[in-house]
Amino acid sequence: MTQALKLTDLSKTFPVGRRLFGGPKGSVKAVHPLSLTVHQGETLGIVGESGCGKSTLARMLVGLLEPTTGQIEIEGAALDTADPAAFGKRIQYVFQDPISSLNPRKTIRQIMEAPLKRLHGMPAAERRARISEIFDSVNLREEFLDRYPHEFSGGQAQRIGIARALAAQARILILDEPVSALDVSVQAQVLNLLADLRRDFDLTYLFISHDLAVVEAVSDRIAVLYFGAVVEIGPAEEVFANPSHPYTRLLADSAPVVGRPLSAPEAEGTELPDPLNPPPGCAFAARCPRATERCRTETPRLSPVGPRTEAACFHPLSE
Amino acid sequence: MTGFLTLLARNRLALAGGIVLLLVGLLALVTPLLPLADPDVTNTSNRFRPIFSPDALLGTDHLGRDLLSRLMWGTRLSLAVGFAAAIVAATLGAAIGIIAGYYGGRTDNVIMRGVDMLMAFPYILLALAIVAALGPGLLNALIAVAAVNVPFFARNIRGITVGIAHKEFVDAARLAGLSNTRIILSEILPNVVPVIVIAMSTTIGWMILETAGLSFLGLGSQPPQADLGSMLGEARSALITNPHTSIVPGMMILIIVMAINLLGDGVRDALDPRLKSGALSRPMAATRVDRKAPVPAPTGAGLLDVQSLETQFHVKDRVYRAVGGVDLHVEKGECLGIIGESGSGKSVTALSVMGLVASPPGVVTGGAVYYDGEDLIGAPYRRLREMRGRNVAYIFQDPLATLHPLYRVGDQLIEAIRAHRPIGKAEGRAKAVDLLRAVRIPNAETRISDYPHEMSGGMRQRVGIAMALANDPDIIIADEPTTALDVTVQAQVLTILDDLRRSRGLAIVFITHDFGVVAQLCDRVAVMYAGRIVEEGRTAEILDAPRHPYTARLMACVPELGGGKRRLEAIAGLPPAVNKLPPGCAFAERCTRVQEDCRQGHIPLARAGGHGVRCLHPIDDSREAAQ
Repeated sequence: MTQALKLTDLSKTFPVGRRLFGGPKGSVKAVHPLSLTVHQGETLGIVGESGCGKSTLARMLVGLLEPTTGQIEIEGAALDTADPAAFGKRIQYVFQDPISSLNPRKTIRQIMEAPLKRLHGMPAAERRARISEIFDSVNLREEFLDRYPHEFSGGQAQRIGIARALAAQARILILDEPVSALDVSVQAQVLNLLADLRRDFDLTYLFISHDLAVVEAVSDRIAVLYFGAVVEIGPAEEVFANPSHPYTRLLADSAPVVGRPLSAPEAEGTELPDPLNPPPGCAFAARCPRATERCRTETPRLSPVGPRTEAACFHPLSE
Repeated sequence: MTGFLTLLARNRLALAGGIVLLLVGLLALVTPLLPLADPDVTNTSNRFRPIFSPDALLGTDHLGRDLLSRLMWGTRLSLAVGFAAAIVAATLGAAIGIIAGYYGGRTDNVIMRGVDMLMAFPYILLALAIVAALGPGLLNALIAVAAVNVPFFARNIRGITVGIAHKEFVDAARLAGLSNTRIILSEILPNVVPVIVIAMSTTIGWMILETAGLSFLGLGSQPPQADLGSMLGEARSALITNPHTSIVPGMMILIIVMAINLLGDGVRDALDPRLKSGALSRPMAATRVDRKAPVPAPTGAGLLDVQSLETQFHVKDRVYRAVGGVDLHVEKGECLGIIGESGSGKSVTALSVMGLVASPPGVVTGGAVYYDGEDLIGAPYRRLREMRGRNVAYIFQDPLATLHPLYRVGDQLIEAIRAHRPIGKAEGRAKAVDLLRAVRIPNAETRISDYPHEMSGGMRQRVGIAMALANDPDIIIADEPTTALDVTVQAQVLTILDDLRRSRGLAIVFITHDFGVVAQLCDRVAVMYAGRIVEEGRTAEILDAPRHPYTARLMACVPELGGGKRRLEAIAGLPPAVNKLPPGCAFAERCTRVQEDCRQGHIPLARAGGHGVRCLHPIDDSREAAQ
């Protein structure tokens, strides 16, 4: 399998507390150095709770944020500028909130034309043909093109968002919580559409979500993020069914599932570590029932725990 | 545009201002065509003629010049200068504001500190300094007035731009390959134009006054040229002996500025989207009740007994039937789930119970809500206020929006208790700590003095629950209380709610869209679609063998953890708009089991045992449901 996307030691640190003169007071590591590969035609699910760095990662991947360290390689070629236009042709982004990602004062046609005109310099007649082709593939009627964004429901607007990403002709799409603003019945329509498009256009997806069941249903592989680092990565059917990292297990046990009695795996209110003052060692150690002295001093690295699974834990559950 | 004009015309004062301004503007435009005396010809033998003199309608000034003619020409000049200054100031200010707001960082800092310095000068001093440097004259006065007003526009527009520059559609434009200049021109500018127009409409009057002020001081228009300010300035010495020479230009300034300000306020109100939606018009303290049909009698089922409740939203000539006849009841210690998609009426049902639906536009048009035998619909506001929080309490989705950001959570809890009974400081604090402990907040004694922003989402929602418990209610209505929370936190909050209802015998109405949550927490569940309950019964029964096709399809399209990668069973189409409900079954359009009779007449909720279903062709076989 060829590699569509390769991340090497990608990290992002935000300065905190500007001073008038001199450097910032502190810094927050939103994403710890992270290496990942996504294969051509694969869907990699990225799951994590709020504040785990999923959105920061996504914005770095499309050039909206400049990484502090590391490199992004797309189909073997490195992209090290932070110019969204350079990224745009190769990797595109589908936003969480479909309505607010469309300019309220532009018609859908103007919105759709922008990437064709600016990224590909396509002449008008060709643009028209291409737009109707794309609209057809996302099951939208062409008469929608001359309307304004507020006239659409969430599901339709999200299809338009997907259509815009397709217009750039990128082969990798970053889907940042693409269905979490949608109702469940519409959510399924959009997820199925995404699956069809991937098959038809041989696309590669990075599917970011906080909804474990949705990620599991659409992904080939899943990476679990905690506190800015990947704690476990493996095949979708195994990650939640047979977790290796205690945090993955906590997530899987917390998800409400029909037929399972209500239980809170963690009774007390536990909170994420302070990002300004991160603990030494494993960030999950304070919440972990298996934590030992080693976990509190040494940071575990991602290492194989099964044939296709890797986890960043000294005491993985599969042991 | 026509919508904007009708909105504007509805505001009587703005309309009057607009008409006056239009008249003044027209007169100023046609001044050169009117048979007026030359405004600048002096005739000292004819000075200080009173108003209504035969040859001078408004009299003459200290040099014997015709005041009417001078007034007309002066108004023309003052209006022109005022508008020109406003346009110059708005253009420059908006450009500066957009650039500062869009680029941010150092650019923003340098520009805005410069603007701050301009603002630090008293404006009249600054204008005087500019005129002093450039020399007196109307054009220089215009430049001074414009320069003085640039900071106002720059700051205003910068604030708006910062908000827009971080919107997702700007990121999307960047990814579509647009350059910064193009983004500013095609994405940002169209979205700030309304704000520029609003700011201009409210400041033109001010600028006309400022220009008049400079002319009054002799720094604007130079003799013999008349503008309103210089006319006033020249009349100053004769203020006592011949007041009409000051009153005439003074009245004109008053009329123009009043008209512009009234119109400006109207324009602002008509363009502001929040005002347009009527959100800022104050809702009534309790939902309006207008029941046409006879009120149904209590059945005595449950502590809270909702009967054929109908709530509508009346917006202009449209009627949205948000809740179209809902029957519900909940017992002490029971948890009833209401499940549905957005727009299904689940939240409006919940809010109608305590008269919390905003009126206008909400109206309860039918049915009854019995709490322990007492009808709450149409109950006097006093009685409702007494019961809100004490008998029926609410928990909302977003605790950050329901907690006051400027008060400590402990004080907010004590306030909630004080709303119903007097309580001392020490006792209140002790009770607040108890409440926080009851929702398992660690270190309750110290957490009590936290502000809402110092807590995580899960902690805030616990405070929300604690507040609902503050007056020991019998019923808690929880409207998607865990939707904004992470799964690990959601599990904690759900267990707290479950424990509370068992230990305190609370009745809970739990509104959600998540079948997993319903399965774990609720004894009974009601499925809502387009304002009606389509299926109702014991949770296990409905989840095992849903009978309404909508319930079955909805369950099938939600992925369940542990199922692996798969294709989901989507429901094609969209729910109907509640102002255009079809006759018969609202789900017929999307249903695969639809038959001819589904599309006509009222379909009742058919009950068999504890299981009700509003369907003519329900799914009978449990095997069929599984497919």
